[in-house]
Amino acid sequence: MSAVTTPARQASGGVNVKIVNRIVIYGLLALFALFYLMPLFVMLVTSFKTMDEIQNGNMLSLPKAPTFEPWLKAWGETCVGLTCAGIKGYFWNSIKMVVPAVLISTMLGALNGYVLTKWRFRGATLVFGLMLFACFIPFQSVLLPMATILGSLGRFGVTLQNTVGTSFGLGNSTVNLVFVHVVYGIGFTTLFFRNYYEAFPTELVKAAQVDGASFFQIFRRIMLPNSMPIFVVTVIYQFTNIWNDFLFASAYAGTGDAMPMTVALNNVVNTSTGVVEYNVNMAAAMIAALPTLLVYVLAGRYFVRGLMAGAVKG
Amino acid sequence: MSTVATSQIKLTPEHARPRASVRSRLQEALPKIVLAPSFAITVVFVYGFILWTIYLSFTNSKTFPSYAITGGRAYQRLWNWTFDTDPPSSWYTSITNMGIFGFLYIAICLALGLFLAILLDQKIRGEGVLRPIYLYPMALSFIVTGVAWKWFLDPGLGLEQTLHQWGWTSFHFDWIKNKDFVIYTVVIAGVWQASGFIMAMFLAGLRGIDGEIMKAAQIDGATTFQLYRRIVIPLLRPIFLSAFIVLAHLAIKSYDLVVALTSGGPGGSAWLPSNFMYEYTFKRNEMAVGSASAVIMLMTIVAIIVPYLYSELREKSR
Repeated sequence: MSAVTTPARQASGGVNVKIVNRIVIYGLLALFALFYLMPLFVMLVTSFKTMDEIQNGNMLSLPKAPTFEPWLKAWGETCVGLTCAGIKGYFWNSIKMVVPAVLISTMLGALNGYVLTKWRFRGATLVFGLMLFACFIPFQSVLLPMATILGSLGRFGVTLQNTVGTSFGLGNSTVNLVFVHVVYGIGFTTLFFRNYYEAFPTELVKAAQVDGASFFQIFRRIMLPNSMPIFVVTVIYQFTNIWNDFLFASAYAGTGDAMPMTVALNNVVNTSTGVVEYNVNMAAAMIAALPTLLVYVLAGRYFVRGLMAGAVKG
Repeated sequence: MSTVATSQIKLTPEHARPRASVRSRLQEALPKIVLAPSFAITVVFVYGFILWTIYLSFTNSKTFPSYAITGGRAYQRLWNWTFDTDPPSSWYTSITNMGIFGFLYIAICLALGLFLAILLDQKIRGEGVLRPIYLYPMALSFIVTGVAWKWFLDPGLGLEQTLHQWGWTSFHFDWIKNKDFVIYTVVIAGVWQASGFIMAMFLAGLRGIDGEIMKAAQIDGATTFQLYRRIVIPLLRPIFLSAFIVLAHLAIKSYDLVVALTSGGPGGSAWLPSNFMYEYTFKRNEMAVGSASAVIMLMTIVAIIVPYLYSELREKSR
């Protein structure tokens, strides 16, 4: 589709009109770019200012004497609730939670997608439909039962700890969150892979079957080597979602040492003891945002594709 | 590997046959075995838990779950609170906010997304730079978005203060601290975050439109405005539907944004049903009421999503 200029306008010597049109369009686009960039810009410049400059200066002005101090303080010293050891621990908590959750849910999704497209069976559509709907439920409707189950698993873990000597991870908040994110993530990962494999030539699979290749051989030798793009899309999608999650994190690890980054950030910002250090808050927010922003900058194309696939369904 | 197996069969057919059939039966069942754990997890942790929540909503659970059915008292209370407008009950505030937020958020995102997509589609130089700028907020968590906008909208530090310094001293903008307007700040931050993504959806749709149709209309003398109103926008109908589903779904689930941006607002005035559910279940020890509100949220989503998924899946299998 192209810029449209009507013949009538062209006839009436509309070169000026055309130029004015372009100026208006570019002006509007630039204005909106400002709207989207503003909060990030403010966050960024504030994180490099001293408190003095924040209180006396302008929100939009560049830092006069840029200081890295707020970042260091946010990382290593700021108070999250009553502990004042910065957010670094919580950053690692998030990493420890995200990496296994993403890998497990992605692998399961790949296998599920493979089965649902290349090994169709009666009722496959129903199975897929049920898994797909699970993506859309408001998590509030499962929040409480999951809390109850995780609670009893935790108690069981304590019993195991006392009798066998190890709890097998039961009751560990990070393990719990990995489990929760896998459970409520497989719907999406299955959807992604199913749609991708749907377009994958079934003849190749049939031919391999005739040659006697087994279920897993076909998956490993034929499907996996051709799945790179969808793996990238799925991993990015899951990474962003799980890293950014707040509801599960606050419900199942809202207090204590296993708190993920989002909860910790919210606590930093809402800690009301003493002077509120806005620059430190903003630095903490930037640190929380950096991993997903980085992924977006490096692989934006795949990020958008994931969002679209998540949005534009079956 | 398989060639070895067949040659064995040829050598000893009477032994190999039952073994082969066990093996092949296993092979046959293997796909289902692989899928089974995921499916079981979904059935138990999604559908089982939903039933559990529904069950709890009919009990008298307070701090701890109790499993004696006591009838629909929780729903009765929610229903009564729906009309408790003076002073507004938390539930009344939550659902009113949901209406305001849901409507404005969806409408503005759709309008802005379409508008930006059309602008970007005019052979713009620098599209490659602008598009990611419009879209990046989608990569941020609601918590980060909330923190950023909380600062930006704070009367003493943000926009108001800045404009005062620039000389516009009569400028007044304290919505974020005002119980009647705080929900609109949630709309602003929500739109900021999601509209770029909606733009990307529309842009993809626009790029998919056959250029021939456009040319034909132009030759017929249609003005740009007519062209978009009569031809392009009707062609984008499926995108409108998808975008609506995405936004409705995001709106009903919004919880984090309210928490991070407003901490619930003055006196809980920024609550959405999701916040209501969380507060009543985990903080006010009204588990049954919390569960009932979760069921109502779920039913709202079901009413929107199920017909959509149904038509999508049916179309596919046809």
